[in-house]
Amino acid sequence: MNIASSSQAPVVGTPVATHAGVSTVGLSEKVSIRNLEFFYGDARALKNINLSLYANKTTAFIGPSGCGKSTLLRILNRMYDLYPGQRATGEVMFDGENLLDAGMDINLLRARIGMVFQKPTPFPMSIYENIAFGIRLYERLPRAEVDARVEQALRRAALWDEVKDKLGASGLGLSGGQQQRLCIARTVAVKPEVILFDEPCSALDPISTAKIEELIDELKQDYTIVIVTHNMQQAARVSDFTAFMYLGELIEFGVTEKIFTAPDDKRTQAYITGRFG
Amino acid sequence: MAASRANALYVRRRFRNGIARSLAYAAAAFGLGWLVLILAVLLFNGIGGLSLAVFTQDTPPPGSDGGLLNAIVGSIAMTILAILIGTPIGILAGTYMAEYGRHEKLTMIVRFINDILLSAPSIVVGLFIYEIMVAPMGHFSGYAGAVALAVIVIPVVVRTTEDMLRLVPDTLREAAASIGLPRAHMIVRVAYRAARAGIVTGILLAVARVSGETAPLLFTALNNQFFSLNMNAPMPSLPVVIFQFALSPYEEWQKLAWTGALLITFTVLALSILARSLTARRT
Repeated sequence: MNIASSSQAPVVGTPVATHAGVSTVGLSEKVSIRNLEFFYGDARALKNINLSLYANKTTAFIGPSGCGKSTLLRILNRMYDLYPGQRATGEVMFDGENLLDAGMDINLLRARIGMVFQKPTPFPMSIYENIAFGIRLYERLPRAEVDARVEQALRRAALWDEVKDKLGASGLGLSGGQQQRLCIARTVAVKPEVILFDEPCSALDPISTAKIEELIDELKQDYTIVIVTHNMQQAARVSDFTAFMYLGELIEFGVTEKIFTAPDDKRTQAYITGRFG
Repeated sequence: MAASRANALYVRRRFRNGIARSLAYAAAAFGLGWLVLILAVLLFNGIGGLSLAVFTQDTPPPGSDGGLLNAIVGSIAMTILAILIGTPIGILAGTYMAEYGRHEKLTMIVRFINDILLSAPSIVVGLFIYEIMVAPMGHFSGYAGAVALAVIVIPVVVRTTEDMLRLVPDTLREAAASIGLPRAHMIVRVAYRAARAGIVTGILLAVARVSGETAPLLFTALNNQFFSLNMNAPMPSLPVVIFQFALSPYEEWQKLAWTGALLITFTVLALSILARSLTARRT
């Protein structure tokens, strides 16, 4: 992995966001967002975002509804490309390439930057096929190896024991929490480098939520994780870094502990103490 | 005083409510009554003629007994060919409208024209195919009949395919995109799969729709007294045979017309029930 060029970009002292207390020692920058702006038609939804996502760390985006945190997440895998009239300007450097470039192969990019959605979205096929489908997209493997990869992915998502006897059953027959873990397994099976979570627990009960959070914590050993969440306790529990956004701007970015205990900005303070949002 | 006035108001309101409700019930019974009556008359007149001979013998000359074999086979052959022609075109057009061209102006135009085609008088379709196929070829044919039916199949399939694909949630499309699935794969492997029951229902409804069509066949396939699998020649069909036999003065022919009508009606009924149960299972 060539990160030499991007890791030279100084994180502390970048122009807009306060990267308070972030020591770059021992961190490698996986994704570097520079001067990013985003538009829905003529409406500017993100204003001059500068932010670094570090390898094998979990970064949480928090902020009130409409602050742009999901928009920011959906830029990272170019999901907005599915819809006309949406465009981004600026730079999102990922392994030395600007992923906003028109020449970027979006399908290959999405295989490297996976995503888990708010609502579980299993494909209308069997549990096995839900996973094998993505694997076969990029690799031609003998059946036995696909089987092994499916098992590995399901184990990684802590779902194997619950579904190993019914791999042929429809993915839609699982409970909400199981479906979400199936979606995580599906994402992991493609072997991404970054996994984006868009409010992955907002449709789940507390027990399923705890399982997913535990999973996210394990996954960061192998992947770079970004999570959008409405739930501040969740952000505090699972993330290493937190970005607080408000009205399309990145207000404050820093080590999660600092953001939640001693934020620099008054708006961050107000949000985390529940005074708005 | 106030209490009694409120009471009178209430009584009047209840009276009006009773009238409105009775009218609604009566209208429903009236509408349904005719349907029941039609089915009953069909059953009464048609079931007597139902025998093995209907399915094993061809349409008879006037004054003798026979069956409907050639008409049934002709109908099935033309319907199958019409579905084979119309379904791919309809599904692809519906796919364009729901997936690729969702925000395009062309989609709105196609949808508008498709809706016109959906309710176009079928005799116009027959005349159109007569002009572009029968006249140049110099003779009536099963091919022309099948193409005329295909023109009726297409708008039905376009409409249901578009509607059913639009019911597939965007989150599923995004999920497919999120593992790097190219658009065409997403449509075939995920969206079609999610909308399968609905799309199949649309095809069944199209079969039901064309299996009773008479007017487009009169000008295209015409009719044939004999058994024929040659689609390049005039071809018999149940609706046209019913049309011809029902208007004839011969009692045997009239009886066969009733039986044919019964067959078509129950085929359509069976297809509708099948289509219903498919969509019911979906939701």
